[in-house]
Amino acid sequence: MSREQQAVARARKAFETGRSRSLEYRILQLKNLQRLFEEKQKEIAEACKKDLNKSEVGMQMYETLGLEGEISLAVRKLKEWAAPRPVEKNLLTLSDTVYIQPEPLGVVLIIGAWNYPWAVTIQPLIGAIAAGNAAVVKPSEVCVHTSKVMEELLPIYIDKELYPVVTGGVPETQELLRQRFDHIFYTGNGTVGKVIMEAAAKHLTPVTLELGGKSPCYIDKNCDITTACRRITWGKYTNCGQTCIAPDYILCEPSIQDRVIEEIKKSIKDFYTDDPKTCPDYGRIINQRHFKRIMAMMEGSTVAAGGDSNESDCFIAPTILRDVKPEAKVMQEEIFGPLLPILPVSGLDEAIKFINKGEKPLALYVFSPDDKVINRMRDETSSGGFLANDCLVHFSVSSLPFGGVGNSGMGCYHGKYTFDQLSHLRGCLIKKLKMEGVNDMRYPPHTAKKLGWARFFITKTFDLGWLGKMFLLALLAVVAAVAIQRYLR
Amino acid sequence: MSREQLAVQRARRSFQTGRTKPLEFRIQQLKRLQSCFQERQRDIKRALQKDLGKSEYSSELYEMLLVEAEIHLSVTRLAEWAAPRPVEKNIFTLSDDVYVKPEPLGVVLIIGPWNYPWSLTLLPLVGAIAAGDAAIVKPSEISSNSSKVMAELLPLYLDQDLYPVVEGGVPETQELLKQRFDHIFYTGSTSVGQLVMEAAARHLTPVTLELGGKSPCFIDKNCDIKTACRRITWAKFINCGQTCIAPDFILCEPSVQSRVVEAIKKCIKEFYADSPKTSDDYGRIVSQRQFRRIMGLMDGCTVAFGGDADESQGYIGPTVLQDVTAESKVMQEEIFGPLLPIITVDGVDEAIRFMNKREKPLVIYVFSHDDKLIKKVIAETSSGALVANDCIVHFLDSALPFGGVGHSGMGRYRGRHTFDQLSNLRSCMIKQLKMEALNSMRYPPLSAKKLGWARRFVLSHVNVQRLRSMGALVVLAMLAGLAAFVVQRFLR
Repeated sequence: MSREQQAVARARKAFETGRSRSLEYRILQLKNLQRLFEEKQKEIAEACKKDLNKSEVGMQMYETLGLEGEISLAVRKLKEWAAPRPVEKNLLTLSDTVYIQPEPLGVVLIIGAWNYPWAVTIQPLIGAIAAGNAAVVKPSEVCVHTSKVMEELLPIYIDKELYPVVTGGVPETQELLRQRFDHIFYTGNGTVGKVIMEAAAKHLTPVTLELGGKSPCYIDKNCDITTACRRITWGKYTNCGQTCIAPDYILCEPSIQDRVIEEIKKSIKDFYTDDPKTCPDYGRIINQRHFKRIMAMMEGSTVAAGGDSNESDCFIAPTILRDVKPEAKVMQEEIFGPLLPILPVSGLDEAIKFINKGEKPLALYVFSPDDKVINRMRDETSSGGFLANDCLVHFSVSSLPFGGVGNSGMGCYHGKYTFDQLSHLRGCLIKKLKMEGVNDMRYPPHTAKKLGWARFFITKTFDLGWLGKMFLLALLAVVAAVAIQRYLR
Repeated sequence: MSREQLAVQRARRSFQTGRTKPLEFRIQQLKRLQSCFQERQRDIKRALQKDLGKSEYSSELYEMLLVEAEIHLSVTRLAEWAAPRPVEKNIFTLSDDVYVKPEPLGVVLIIGPWNYPWSLTLLPLVGAIAAGDAAIVKPSEISSNSSKVMAELLPLYLDQDLYPVVEGGVPETQELLKQRFDHIFYTGSTSVGQLVMEAAARHLTPVTLELGGKSPCFIDKNCDIKTACRRITWAKFINCGQTCIAPDFILCEPSVQSRVVEAIKKCIKEFYADSPKTSDDYGRIVSQRQFRRIMGLMDGCTVAFGGDADESQGYIGPTVLQDVTAESKVMQEEIFGPLLPIITVDGVDEAIRFMNKREKPLVIYVFSHDDKLIKKVIAETSSGALVANDCIVHFLDSALPFGGVGHSGMGRYRGRHTFDQLSNLRSCMIKQLKMEALNSMRYPPLSAKKLGWARRFVLSHVNVQRLRSMGALVVLAMLAGLAAFVVQRFLR
């Protein structure tokens, strides 16, 4: 048996003991995970610095803090999430108990990404633990140091049979994908996403695919360009542009292009000093392969700012490209780097047309003070998420489902959504063996009369909930009135 | 270009005109589908009679009523379903607009099954229309009369470009599966489900797979066996057992097996008179292939009663098999026919163990007066759904999400769940370009101080909802007091 097969078999055995069913056990594991982040900040930060030149504060701010928030939310809300969820009753189910019971799926495979290795690998794990599953964690081999640290640390804090870490590259991942899981959660690119879904199909395993795309960013010429560009600059160059929801490119009218460039330049200076290379808050490209890929994209485009680089250090300066054409190299794939192309468009109409020619992105950004502009952009395009007047921050709102559509992915997560995504929401209908007379209308021999009754019961819809509430309220009001009046006499 | 490619392309072009966006258009199409059912009842019933020997009343009761109810529900609730759904706010989003907006996905492919060719093909279509999608409808070629009638009727009532019906068998379906869709909704067998998902993977198309499995039915020896068996008999032999959520086999203690057999026998007599063969309400097996498959399953089993068959008519009588073992042929695949095996077990623990050895089914049935026993089965097994003390009727409740888990399927539908399944539930956050100072804690240069502030905000738990509801309670209390005062004055 291969190492991967063993890990999965052990996880399944551990799941079948039933120990992850109890909420107390899940909360214990989540609290242990919390302790990992409290106690091992240094080790985590060191690895992130080696992999992506993230500063310690940056790493906490953009990775682990969010995780701590998710753990805290899950621990607080687990009882509510895992409880039976009553559903609306109808005429036929008036005297029955009808609800949705969340239950664990079984063994989940989580394949993480390298850009925010902790955030995108552990956040699904939090949901998997909360939902009572076992989970095989496969961190990305591209972030070499973080993957090693994860492999060392996780087994020290959480149940190592239920939640094993399996490191490795393509062959190990392929071996894992041959095994049978009850859900596969993948964060990465579309090409591999297809391979994963095909592998999952062989076992009829449902998948969540958090993929990518080119997230457009439209700037209305009438908006507060200074503030808009400040937020866009932050959204773009955090983690050196290696963010799945980074604003990939800008669309704006030619008349404001120069101002936009100036404002972004200003913000770059504010954030990363005159010399981003020496600034601890400015990251690096993950490896030489991606460095070369990104540098090649600049071909044929006019550099308005930045453009300098250092291959041995995997450093690419915050770069702005101007007057970029749709056919340019940089517009053919997701950039995932610190190049910010600006494509001039004649206005909102042309921007919408352009966006709709491409694949549906993970995020879509629009900067405008005008609700009409925002609503039109929202109504005439499609994307996983839609954010007006800022970048990235919808990621941290745990009550918003985070996910893609079309080529940017399927499924969603964050907060309760992760719990639901990694649970089976089982419909339960508990009837009694009484009142059999009511069922006569359904039994053969069928007659027109029986059918008439069935038609009545099945097609009549009733908002019982609202009526019932109104009735109760009226009753209470009358009782209260009478009682109070008596008391006051 | 193939016929299938053309249909998909036309559907996509029509979708891109944006005409499905307004709710009025969708409601109009749904009402026209309603008219189709009301005006062409005869054609639909005739087709079902030819395909599956369904009587007029059976067709109405088990196929058409459901679709009509779903259309009515969708028309009534569409505005609510399609409206933006505000989400819980936190301290960061207090002054923002945060909601989930349902939007159409695009072009959906609906592949229907042959056992309930109208309801199981059109229920997803109702959801697709409601969600504002275009939809290619591919009815099953096995229920060939229904497929033909559907291909004739739908274009007369619905927008032909948006909702084309594409008929055909395996080659045509494979050609369809090569095209790109925004969602594929498939109802049918597990093996074809795998192929559909593999094809979908090539375009990163999400899928809903409504598959099958062997749905177990446990009868507690202490329950009202007569009523239990009445409900089980009804559910098993509707449509001659060709129902994905029919109770596939019974598990009960040996001491009650003969009572169960007797009770079922009595019900069959009650429902289908002495001769199910001549009863209007007893159906037929859809094809010779299925007939032979089902007859083959009886090999090696003890027939308690029934077992009669007539290949020329596709007739297999309601059959109960007793003392069946786990290894017998009839326990190796989903029966999808009128054979009801009884397997004896020591009690609920052995029944649970038996169920858990097998693939997760579409539904588990348990008949018992004992709430604790029912809860035990729920806690220790897994299935798409669980119904206690009846069969099949959970499908009628559109508030319950209907779907499988594991090999019985993925995704869910019915009522609003279909609408959600065939929509893009897009997260929307509308901020203002004001209050930029608040953002300074996130911008570089980063510092321990900024991180401290961020920590405080992210990890503090201010229950915005509770604050809101507390406020609401205060207002309610004040109103109550006012009402009391006013009423008292009035009554003086």
